[in-house]
Amino acid sequence: MSGNSSYNPTGAVEKWFDERLPIIRFSKEHLMDFPTPKNINYWWTFGAVLAFILVVQIITGIVLAMHYVPNSELAFDSVEAIRRDVNYGRIIQATHAVGASMFFAAVYIHIFRGLYYGSYKAPREILWILGVLIFVLMMATAFMGYVLPWGQMSFWAATVITNIFAAIPIIGDPILALLRGGFAVDNATLNRFFSLHYLLPFILAAVVGLHIWALHVPGNNNPVGVEVKSSHDTLPFHPYFTMKDLFVIVVFLIPFSWFVFFAPDILGHPDNYIPADPLLTPPHIVPEWYFLPFYAILRAIDFDMLFISSKLGGVIFFGGSIIVLFFVPWLDGSKVRSGNFRPLFRPFYWLFVLNFLMLTYLGAQVAEGIYVLLSKVGTAYYFAYFLIILPIVSRIETPAPLPASISESVLGKAEASGEKG
Amino acid sequence: MVMNKSRNVFKSLVLAAVMGLTGGLTGLAQAKVVGLEAELQKWSFAGVFGTYDVNQLQRGFQIFQQSCASCHSANLMSFRNLSEEGGPQFSEDQVKALAAEYTIYDPELEDGERQAVPADRWPAPFQTELDARAANSGALPPDFSVLAKARGISQKFPYWAFNYFTGYQEGGPDYIYNLLVNYGEPPADVELPDGQAWNNYLGRGLAMAPPLGDGFISYDGEGVPETLEQYAADVAAFMMWMAEPHLVSRKEMGFRVLTFLFLLAGMMYLVKRKIWANVKH
Ligand code: HEC
Ligand code: HEM
Repeated sequence: MSGNSSYNPTGAVEKWFDERLPIIRFSKEHLMDFPTPKNINYWWTFGAVLAFILVVQIITGIVLAMHYVPNSELAFDSVEAIRRDVNYGRIIQATHAVGASMFFAAVYIHIFRGLYYGSYKAPREILWILGVLIFVLMMATAFMGYVLPWGQMSFWAATVITNIFAAIPIIGDPILALLRGGFAVDNATLNRFFSLHYLLPFILAAVVGLHIWALHVPGNNNPVGVEVKSSHDTLPFHPYFTMKDLFVIVVFLIPFSWFVFFAPDILGHPDNYIPADPLLTPPHIVPEWYFLPFYAILRAIDFDMLFISSKLGGVIFFGGSIIVLFFVPWLDGSKVRSGNFRPLFRPFYWLFVLNFLMLTYLGAQVAEGIYVLLSKVGTAYYFAYFLIILPIVSRIETPAPLPASISESVLGKAEASGEKG
Repeated sequence: MVMNKSRNVFKSLVLAAVMGLTGGLTGLAQAKVVGLEAELQKWSFAGVFGTYDVNQLQRGFQIFQQSCASCHSANLMSFRNLSEEGGPQFSEDQVKALAAEYTIYDPELEDGERQAVPADRWPAPFQTELDARAANSGALPPDFSVLAKARGISQKFPYWAFNYFTGYQEGGPDYIYNLLVNYGEPPADVELPDGQAWNNYLGRGLAMAPPLGDGFISYDGEGVPETLEQYAADVAAFMMWMAEPHLVSRKEMGFRVLTFLFLLAGMMYLVKRKIWANVKH
């Protein structure tokens, strides 16, 4: 990971420091000089957007925690007091709540970018696996955060989701009791969720550190998917990509602010403004939008398979839909990374995107009629894409010819050889 | 190359549509099967430029105080809020005088009670939930503090999808308005339990008798009609303020933030283009 540095300590102090803790050298190598493919497009800016939102979430979260009271009697009013009585509390609270949605919007773009450009392929498997791990941590964090305001949806989401674990044979019930801190969701649940919700983002930040470390070993993939061959293919991270990333972060802040200032509650559910009531089940329990595709998969399994009950089956498919992501680097055997050069892969990919959208839609519907059937079809395609289509397509497909290098793809053949010479 | 570009544009469009749609799906959640379609009102506080109408909030407060407050609590509202910027903006003297009409019960005081001051919360009409239920045929009148945000109306596709762009956040007041103006006779085949009143909007009975009707409350001054519809709109607006007291300052700040972001984004773009000017990529 080193060797890209042009760092020359100037002066005795800097030199002295550099020999003991080369942190300036490290920063210069990784934040300024790092050679980055010059052809990466705007889809490659979302990693930086994500890092930015993570910081926003942690800062707003810490301020919220100064005022929040993790007690089932007081939690709801304490969140309301933040909105009403804390200086700028309405904005801070809305930023954190909307921020969670923006985080997932960005992470889905980031993941689908990776799936299209084959960024998960060697030598970036660990980078990808760390990404999936981040995704899992994000979901756990967001879920526990959603429980904290202790509204009706908070409470019932906590009940429904923790209940999923009860379907696991033998260890299910102990896990359930451990999660809830008792038999039912109550004050003990709220307390441990608050504790974990404060903890997980820091673990997340640590895994993001590893993620970026794993990125800086092979360097970025790029839209043509051909590895960097020479310094003609790259530009230093600073100022080229720092500027590009910052620009996109500012653009991303525009819809973000639109929601925070003009529609802070629109991404949530009105029922969460009703204080939690264990005796009153809401007619229609829906998770936040970013969980809907997986919720649809969970509900799609409404039939028994041999000795597996429908409940356990739902849990297996639900868990499987995430776990399968860990294996994508080995399921897709194609040597060609970028979807741009894979004519057979492309239609299946876009169908996968549409299917994922459909599952999102279905996750919000009452499970009845045509929706049930569609959920099953959607679930089947979700798994087929990874387990059948990717392995087969990568074997039978004839990819389009790849450019010899990034420079060639950018400049055209003649010029590229000219530049080299 | 040309082909490549147009394909990229197409992909960007698809992905943008994808993200837009996914973001839009939560709205689907609240499907109401029975009852009437909600009639949407024109609220002064709707939209990007919307602000509360101080006169309407004052009238709404009057209705709240003279009707609803005899059953519904408003635990998170303090008297002082009534004189704050962005709200009904009664004068501080008016609020002081208003508070003095109310009594705060507090077992730690010598006599167990005292006159309210502006810093006090709005006193609840019933001391306990049991009392409240006993007076309302077993039902609990919900607290008003955030009630206007705890209700919503259902909209058909694609109308709810537009909300993400118009910022429609008035589902609560629209619900309350439609609830209040749509009391009626139950259908012939429905027998309501005692203490329930039929509501056409909900398509079911509820344990709140129609609290308002034409001419029930007289407004000071001329010009504002004393009709059920007017009352309903006024009290719903007041409830929205109670649930979202900082709406006006929030939007004002939003304008400043968005203007800044647009300018900054434009400048960033120019700088970025300048830096990249000599690079083919
Ligand atoms: C006589 C007592 C009483 C008065 C006066 C009263 N309410 Fe209610 N209200 C109730 C009760 C009881 C309920 C609960 C009904 C139920 O759950 O069936 C209720 C429920 C409501 C609801 C919630 C309906 C729902 O969606 O569940 C709203 C909104 C409401 N009242 C508004 C008002 C407004 C506005 C006023 C004043 C104009 C008012 N109420 C006056 C007793 C009252
Ligand atoms: C908090 C969440 C995350 C942060 C902060 C983050 C950060 C980053 C950053 C800064 C980059 C380099 C810039 C870029 O390519 O956009 C990157 C690359 C990458 N990320 Fe993430 N990431 C996150 C989540 C994920 C997830 C959930 C996945 C996959 C499941 C993932 C997979 C990848 C891959 C495969 C790359 C390499 C892309 C390439 O070079 O083509 N990341 N990430």
